[in-house]
Amino acid sequence: MNGTNATQTLVDRAAVRTTAPVARRVRAMSDRAIAWLFILPTMALLLAINIFPLIWAIRLSFTGFMANLPGAARFIGIDNYVDILTDEDLWTNFRITAHFVFWTIVLQVLIGLGLALLINQKFRGHGFWTTVILLPMMLSPAVVGNFWTLLFQPQIGPFNYLIGFFTGIAPSSFTMIGSVALAPWTIVLVNTWMWTPYVMLICLAGLRSIPDYIYEAAEVDRASPLRQFWSITLPMVLPFLMLAVLFQAIQSFVMFDLVNLLTSGGPGSTTELVSITLKRAAFEKWETGYASALAVILFVTIFGAANVYVRALNWVKQQ
Amino acid sequence: MRMSRTTLSLACAAGSLALALGAATSARAEGKSLTMCWAAWDPANALVELDKDFTKQTGIEMKHEFVPWTSYADHFINLLNSRSTECDLIIGDSQWIGGAAENKWYVKLNDFFDKNNISMDTFLPATVVGYAEWPKNTPNYWGLPAMADAVGWTYRKDWFAKPELRAEFKAKYNRELEPPKTWDELLEVAKFFTGKEIDGKKVYGAYIFTERGSEGITMGVTNAMYNYGFDYMDPKQPYHMDGVVNSAGAAKGMDVYKELFKCCQPPGLTNAYMSEGLDAFKSGEVAMQMNWYAFFPGLAKDPNVGGDKIGFFKNPAGPAGDFTQLGGQGLSVVAASKDVDDALLYVKWFAQPEVQQKWTDLGGASASKAVLLSDAYKKSASYAPSFVESMDMVKDFWAEPLYVPLLLDMQNRVHDYIVADKGTSQEALDALVKDWKKVFKQEGKNPS
Amino acid sequence: MSTVPSPRPFSEPSPLVRRLAGAAVVFYAIVTILPLAWIGLTAFKSQEDAIAYPPKVVFTPTLEGFVDLFTVQTHQPHDFFAKLPPPQTWYEKIARDRDMVIAGPSRVVERFMNSLVIGFGSTILATFLGTLAAYAFSRFRVPLADDLLFFILSTRMMPPIAVAVPIYMMYRWLGLYDTRIGMILLYTAVNVSLAVWLLKGFIDEIPREYEEAALVDGYTRLQAFRKVVLPQAVTGIAATAIFCLIFSWNEYAFNLLLTSSDAQTMPPFIPFIIGEGGQNWPAVAAATTLFLLPIVIFTIALRKHLLRGITFGAVRK
Repeated sequence: MNGTNATQTLVDRAAVRTTAPVARRVRAMSDRAIAWLFILPTMALLLAINIFPLIWAIRLSFTGFMANLPGAARFIGIDNYVDILTDEDLWTNFRITAHFVFWTIVLQVLIGLGLALLINQKFRGHGFWTTVILLPMMLSPAVVGNFWTLLFQPQIGPFNYLIGFFTGIAPSSFTMIGSVALAPWTIVLVNTWMWTPYVMLICLAGLRSIPDYIYEAAEVDRASPLRQFWSITLPMVLPFLMLAVLFQAIQSFVMFDLVNLLTSGGPGSTTELVSITLKRAAFEKWETGYASALAVILFVTIFGAANVYVRALNWVKQQ
Repeated sequence: MRMSRTTLSLACAAGSLALALGAATSARAEGKSLTMCWAAWDPANALVELDKDFTKQTGIEMKHEFVPWTSYADHFINLLNSRSTECDLIIGDSQWIGGAAENKWYVKLNDFFDKNNISMDTFLPATVVGYAEWPKNTPNYWGLPAMADAVGWTYRKDWFAKPELRAEFKAKYNRELEPPKTWDELLEVAKFFTGKEIDGKKVYGAYIFTERGSEGITMGVTNAMYNYGFDYMDPKQPYHMDGVVNSAGAAKGMDVYKELFKCCQPPGLTNAYMSEGLDAFKSGEVAMQMNWYAFFPGLAKDPNVGGDKIGFFKNPAGPAGDFTQLGGQGLSVVAASKDVDDALLYVKWFAQPEVQQKWTDLGGASASKAVLLSDAYKKSASYAPSFVESMDMVKDFWAEPLYVPLLLDMQNRVHDYIVADKGTSQEALDALVKDWKKVFKQEGKNPS
Repeated sequence: MSTVPSPRPFSEPSPLVRRLAGAAVVFYAIVTILPLAWIGLTAFKSQEDAIAYPPKVVFTPTLEGFVDLFTVQTHQPHDFFAKLPPPQTWYEKIARDRDMVIAGPSRVVERFMNSLVIGFGSTILATFLGTLAAYAFSRFRVPLADDLLFFILSTRMMPPIAVAVPIYMMYRWLGLYDTRIGMILLYTAVNVSLAVWLLKGFIDEIPREYEEAALVDGYTRLQAFRKVVLPQAVTGIAATAIFCLIFSWNEYAFNLLLTSSDAQTMPPFIPFIIGEGGQNWPAVAAATTLFLLPIVIFTIALRKHLLRGITFGAVRK
């Protein structure tokens, strides 16, 4: 921490040379100065790179601006918003996104929590296997989406063959990413494969934070393992689980790379998440105003939902 | 804790070392150079070889910036839009001409051509219209035809020659098993081959484009639709699309493509474009393959399926037309370039007949009449005759400045109908006309 | 009711339960690793083997994929080969066997360097700024602290694509387009919100008594921070660093949209590694495997802190 070093030596020398009452005053001023010094860079960065563009995007959403054509932005009021909210296809995309987020969360919670409970039994080698399970999370979602297209290829990929091996169905009789029925589940599958370790990790942290004496007291009270799970484990893990769900829900809602590289939103538009529609509008059709309006709508949705959710989370924590 | 501190400081050290190295290596070499931008595929490698001659002649170093097809349009249109000086020369897609001319991305070449006696008559007319002119059919040139390309078909000549298959086909269809000349024949041959066991593997009749993300399925379906009556607009009434885009013939064309997809496309290829076709054909999965002529030289040389095993035929005709989808690109000078004069020098060099001939020899595809219409060329490779024929019957997609939304709308509607089974072809085309009218209104045109 | 603890308290499950749990977890781990294993195998296949059907599990390994990844090769007509001297190196030989000549190095090393610089650079910066801000929020009475903290969290809720357009325009205007510094700043901004939250929670858990004692002893606030708080926060810092690195290392959308060649990292590069007209799966697999290595090593080195770090950071507000 070079910054603090430089400031510190200065402060040291000043501290040594000042008399006690002055030193006390200097130290007191330093506290507030330090607080601002420590917080300011972060806030400045966030303002510049997060807030300023957000405000700019809001402004753009009221225009018909197209970033690839010359000419200034033309104010068109709420036309973009009306277009978006009355577009049937876009509502379908929202529905597809909701389906994706919901089932991903359900699977991740069931499998993640289950794994955490199992790992918490501390069998031999559990540290090693935990690290192995973490691997999918460490890949780039874009790269994952890309190589899963190879794995899902009915003819040349192993996935269909494996299913065929265990169930007797012919490998080339179904396609995971090419069929209208299966594709929405395929994206759920790959997203779950990739991010369940994250939920597992947070649940594991939650489980580890439960002090042993609570269980010992329950043992003394002769509570059954099921009872213990229900009244001790679950309530104490719940805040952690809810936090994991919050992060994962937000992430799945804005997920773009994985799905775009896996299915391109296809077949047709059956896996076209709203983020894909947004990218196409913003960076392929260059309908900047429209895309900004869509982005604002997405942000408001997430912000509102997260607000409600965090309140619920706090309430749960107080129990 | 100590170990992690060490690891952290090691990470810091690695980071700062990397930063220092990065800064050092990014210093550019001095000396004259031009940057040529194109898509990353085999012909691009041939261009690298060809450009060595230019460097030898003029001492100007040629640098190349090749971007994969999937991000080619996004990347370079972005670049051109922002007046980046990164590319001096660009071999841009035929679709970009409208935008390039109206937004002055390219240098207009008329004066340059006149001064240097470069005549557009030395190139095939379709390539001049497709790669150089905007507005279309007017003598305003924004590029030099560089890479002539169109959609064509390959087929397994060795399979077509198998006596037992020939006998079976003749018995069933009462004609010889030959490369199809119409889409009806194409369907018959494709259905014939689908499901057969050849060389120990189950094979499929035909591979066609189905890619969703950029332009794939559109570049495929037009080959059927053109020949059943589809057109972009009324030739006598600009931007009049009602009844032209969504005519009954156009819908039938789309149905025929869908039928071919459903019956005879290998499983899983629902989002496939150029590379998957090459893979499918090379691995012996399909009897016939739709793809760009640009790949045919490579296929002809392939150790597994090339040589005598491969044959080529031009896009089959339909009841209402005999067209094939135009591909290819033109060579243009980027207006924002800092070395426009040197870039023009390159264009002059590239236009020379000897260079055009060498370009084709190395693996490119010259659009020059002298090269393509020569007897030597027709005999030089098995795909040459059908290529020359194809270049005479090409039709291109919109090259409007706003071609991207037009293309994306068509991608959406076509893929929805053909792969996702949504609605009927007529409904898809009706919706497409609505989409396109909206885009043209944005451009300020008067669609109907 | 005796107060002697039961012989087998809940925190120590029976050997049978342990073994069953172990078996289930190992099963899941193996299933979940299979796709990665397949990619690892594909890196060593030839192009024909990679797209063979039925898929091959047994094959002759080759380094073709790696050679394709690191070099640019061109086709040459046959007579060209007759004039060339015999191949000097093992990779030249691999290219010649396929009728190609190596024309130079590919740009993968540049991309990898970019990933290293941008990934580690933004991680270090985000963790540094996050630690400072988290300490300030934790120890000092900052006005509107709760609101500021929620504001920091809310910056994560904007879909990246959404801010990409204004940032794109802003970066072009500032000259930050396609620069490493631009990407580092962007990733830092995205990561710092998570960093502040995780680290604040962790620093909250460090008892203030230690600092108070140090201050009484005559240390300045900054000295107390450096000598007392930081050493105890190392676990949280390490965990935060891992999460930040995972994001920056693997980020795709922003890099795709805001760079062209100078500052492009591996994720936008890997899915588009093209061979002779098609996607070169062995090369893509080779790139994926190599790209995974640094982050796996980093995580394994710091794995002990990963779990502890989340415990404290995640839930506290």
